[in-house]
Amino acid sequence: MERKFWLSTLATCNDAHLTSLWEKFGIEVNFTWLRKPEIGSIMCQGKIGVTGNNFNFGEVTITRCQLKTSQGKIGHGYVQGRNKHKAEIVAICDALLQTNKRDFLIKNIIRPLVVSDKNLKKDVMSKSESTAVDFFTLVRGET
Amino acid sequence: MYVAVKGGEKAIENAHNWLSEIRRGDVNVPNLEIDQIKEQLTLSVERVMSEGSLYDTDLAALAIKQSRGDLIEAIFLIRAYRTTLPRFGTSPPIKTEDMVCMRRISATYKDIPGKQKLGPTFDYTHRLLDFSLLAEGNIPKAEKRKVLKEKIPHVLRFLNKEGLIQKEKNNNYQPKDITRNPLEFPANRSERLQSLSRADEGFLLALAYSTQRGYARNHAFVGELRIGYVKVKYNIPELDIEIDIAEIIVTECESVNQFQGSKKTPAQFTRGYGLTFGQLERKAVSMALVDRALRWKEIGEEFVGAPAQDEEFVLSHCDNIQATGFLEHLKLPHYVDFQSELELVRRIRKEYEKNK
Repeated sequence: MERKFWLSTLATCNDAHLTSLWEKFGIEVNFTWLRKPEIGSIMCQGKIGVTGNNFNFGEVTITRCQLKTSQGKIGHGYVQGRNKHKAEIVAICDALLQTNKRDFLIKNIIRPLVVSDKNLKKDVMSKSESTAVDFFTLVRGET
Repeated sequence: MYVAVKGGEKAIENAHNWLSEIRRGDVNVPNLEIDQIKEQLTLSVERVMSEGSLYDTDLAALAIKQSRGDLIEAIFLIRAYRTTLPRFGTSPPIKTEDMVCMRRISATYKDIPGKQKLGPTFDYTHRLLDFSLLAEGNIPKAEKRKVLKEKIPHVLRFLNKEGLIQKEKNNNYQPKDITRNPLEFPANRSERLQSLSRADEGFLLALAYSTQRGYARNHAFVGELRIGYVKVKYNIPELDIEIDIAEIIVTECESVNQFQGSKKTPAQFTRGYGLTFGQLERKAVSMALVDRALRWKEIGEEFVGAPAQDEEFVLSHCDNIQATGFLEHLKLPHYVDFQSELELVRRIRKEYEKNK
């Protein structure tokens, strides 16, 4: 599993779900802050007519932090929204995912988050599919 | 001479206390929770995020509660908060082609790959009050149907293949951010769209409607309207890794408009583009129509003096926070200004009497 994948999963996962998983499976880590959690935004861009030039669409709130564990691993916590606690958990996870705790964390934290997001999307898509229009044509007169 | 007037502090404090009390309403009615607003007034929340130009459902819900449901006031609160945020960077453009669609319709083609999916829409309802909502009515469960693995391509691609519709220009233009650099006229289409995306829905609706009624007539079709989840990407500077940093709900509208052709170009369809945070269909369609009307020069149309064609008029007046700021300041004390006006009118009248 690539770092890009776990960081993406952690950044966009449900806050409450991550917190509950971390309470269950979290690992105590000593660390020092390189950057304490701070709230900011990123400017999200769009593309004119899907294929044209970019334009600034609007901002999204983001929380970020960086820490260094006593093992010397650096963890980055970038998350959507304004949840400093979540950013901290993500940074610790990121640091631990670079150690031999990796398989344990993937199994107990990353996978459940991935599964839950997949289910959510499946739910949306299957509900959407149920609203797909089946056209039928009425033929009038002689054929 | 400028005379500063002080006072009113106690009155202001008391007014704000009463505001807080009245915001709460009858204390025998349960207090409104932020989660309730977030979950049950989603379209208000999304409008506040769109016009506040900041995607954060918690903050938008809080702003709605604080403003007693006055959405422009709520948008004002979000805009004010937004200015306090450090900017961590810019995302590459979102990919609406990868959207997990809730709704996706085309008014131009019946049979399209990915089908017409109505999604959770007010369309086709009879607009009759549903009195069952007064009571704790039974909530019908949404149906589900097996999803076939299929891409949902953009509909206008098909017209593009035939060359019947204008291609979007892409010269890797680096858009200016109008929240940091004041808008200049003539504006680039990128800056125009940023402006329109955070513009007041009512204003855009009225302008779009005016184009339909004949002011800068350009008959529009909704080539496609899609609503759903898209990922926002971000390159983590310390790692140089691009991650999905956020997931947001957006509405996208591509309009198809007639163009008769000119000496230089054969008859061809042209485009308008609308993109908003949240499920804001009315606004996305309005935005596409206004975008198209503003493109008259680039397309080689005639300027007929219609408000929707007038870039400076549209972009200078579409922002409801700018507008309400200037308008509402009229309620603040103007005692000194008015005093001077009063004296002027008195003097003129005196002279008039003398010369009579």
